[in-house]
Amino acid sequence: MSKEKSLAEKMKLPWKKMPIAGIMFEPGSTVEYRTGEWRIEKKPAINQDKCIRCFICWIVCPDVSITRQPKPYKNYTESVEVDYYHCKGCGICAAECPVDAIEMVEESKVVP
Amino acid sequence: MVVLKDLTKEELYAPGHRLCAGCGPSISIRMALKAARGPIAAVNATGCVEVSTTIFPYTAWRIPWIHALFENTAAVASGLEYAYDALEKRGARKGKVDIIAIGGDGGTFDIGIQALSGMLERGHDIVYLCYDNEAYMNTGIQRSGATPRGAATTTTPAGRVIPGKREWKKDFAGICAAHGISYVATASIGFFSDYMDKMKKAIEVDGPAVIHVLTPCPLGWRSNPADTIKLAKVAVQTGLFPIYEVINGKYKMSMKPGTLLPIEEYFKLQGRFSHLLKPELKDELEAIKKGAEANYKRILGLAGEPVTTQ
Ligand SMILES: Cc1ncc(C[n+]2csc(CCOP(=O)(O)OP(=O)(O)O)c2C)c(N)n1
Ligand code: SF4
Ligand code: SF4
Repeated sequence: MSKEKSLAEKMKLPWKKMPIAGIMFEPGSTVEYRTGEWRIEKKPAINQDKCIRCFICWIVCPDVSITRQPKPYKNYTESVEVDYYHCKGCGICAAECPVDAIEMVEESKVVP
Repeated sequence: MVVLKDLTKEELYAPGHRLCAGCGPSISIRMALKAARGPIAAVNATGCVEVSTTIFPYTAWRIPWIHALFENTAAVASGLEYAYDALEKRGARKGKVDIIAIGGDGGTFDIGIQALSGMLERGHDIVYLCYDNEAYMNTGIQRSGATPRGAATTTTPAGRVIPGKREWKKDFAGICAAHGISYVATASIGFFSDYMDKMKKAIEVDGPAVIHVLTPCPLGWRSNPADTIKLAKVAVQTGLFPIYEVINGKYKMSMKPGTLLPIEEYFKLQGRFSHLLKPELKDELEAIKKGAEANYKRILGLAGEPVTTQ
């Protein structure tokens, strides 16, 4: 099976075939774009034991890269996870976590 | 009051956009959409948010979205309101669509203000959201009517001739409130529950509403990307950016006025203000302190609070 073409590849069209006014028809298509490559040096790592599920990191992330997963953990019904495909490594989540459950670690470190 | 746990998990704003790491405006947009009560459509003036969320052929938006010019964002939003009405009358669609017009401070305080004034005066049912990063950032940090006094930008560089911008920030909320509309609020992404509450109120208002939200920009403020939320908090806590509502002309502070933090706490985190901490510019720093305090007291007075900063 051949690899699916990216939207950018599919849209390399001669100008006459371009959508009028550059209309974009696929809502949220930026998800395809790997902004995780922007990270320099550090990435956030969440300690599920320390995390109190306040969801502050989730709401302050400029890159929608902290996700709430319906995965039960100990007494909690949800887990908070990092989307490394998109996370730009700004460090806001780690700075704002009220219980220091997020640490900015070396990019090379293996995280669960 | 917004409770994070109960907020919708639906993301109307997708990752993969190209706004800088730690971008404050990006946070403000995501939060604004979390406050939506139903179908919502946006009109977006040129600027960082518009450019970086819609690099062809991609879009980060999962709602109907139109790119408008600086000068006509509020006018395009006004037209959109009529267009939805017309479609409904024709039986082509049913139900209310909330409309939000979005502009940066340059696109709002300066270039788009005439169209915005018209929109407010005509009474359209639209929320105008100004995300304020205090300069024209997308073109490389030029000063705007929202840039605070003392800030270094590429058009007000701090050096031997001037210590950053010489003029004060415009009273944008006051200008909007003077149109006699029923809801105007200033907010900060640092106080996110308050901001999302205000957004919800603005959407619920029948008629025009304006939200002016402070959104730090690590590139233009020369700050650490991790400090974005912290800066948005400290700006409020120093009294430099008071947060309040103007409901049917009545001012209401959003935070109990307490002791203000020293302005240096805010300035020391940002390269754009670093010159003001040098001993030779202490007069300028004093002038800014006085001005900020006078402005804070003016708003306390309008809100009928005791006028003190102690
Ligand atoms: C009429 C017009 N003048 C100038 C420009 C160039 N321009 C593009 S983005 C931008 C800066 C916008 O600043 P602001 O509204 O503060 O938003 P920000 O970029 O800070 O998000 C400018 C001047 C333009 N697109 N249209
Ligand atoms: S480091 Fe920044 S982009 Fe990455 S998850 Fe944390 S807040 Fe989001
Ligand atoms: S320049 Fe500032 S406003 Fe623009 S994307 Fe970067 S951080 Fe955001």
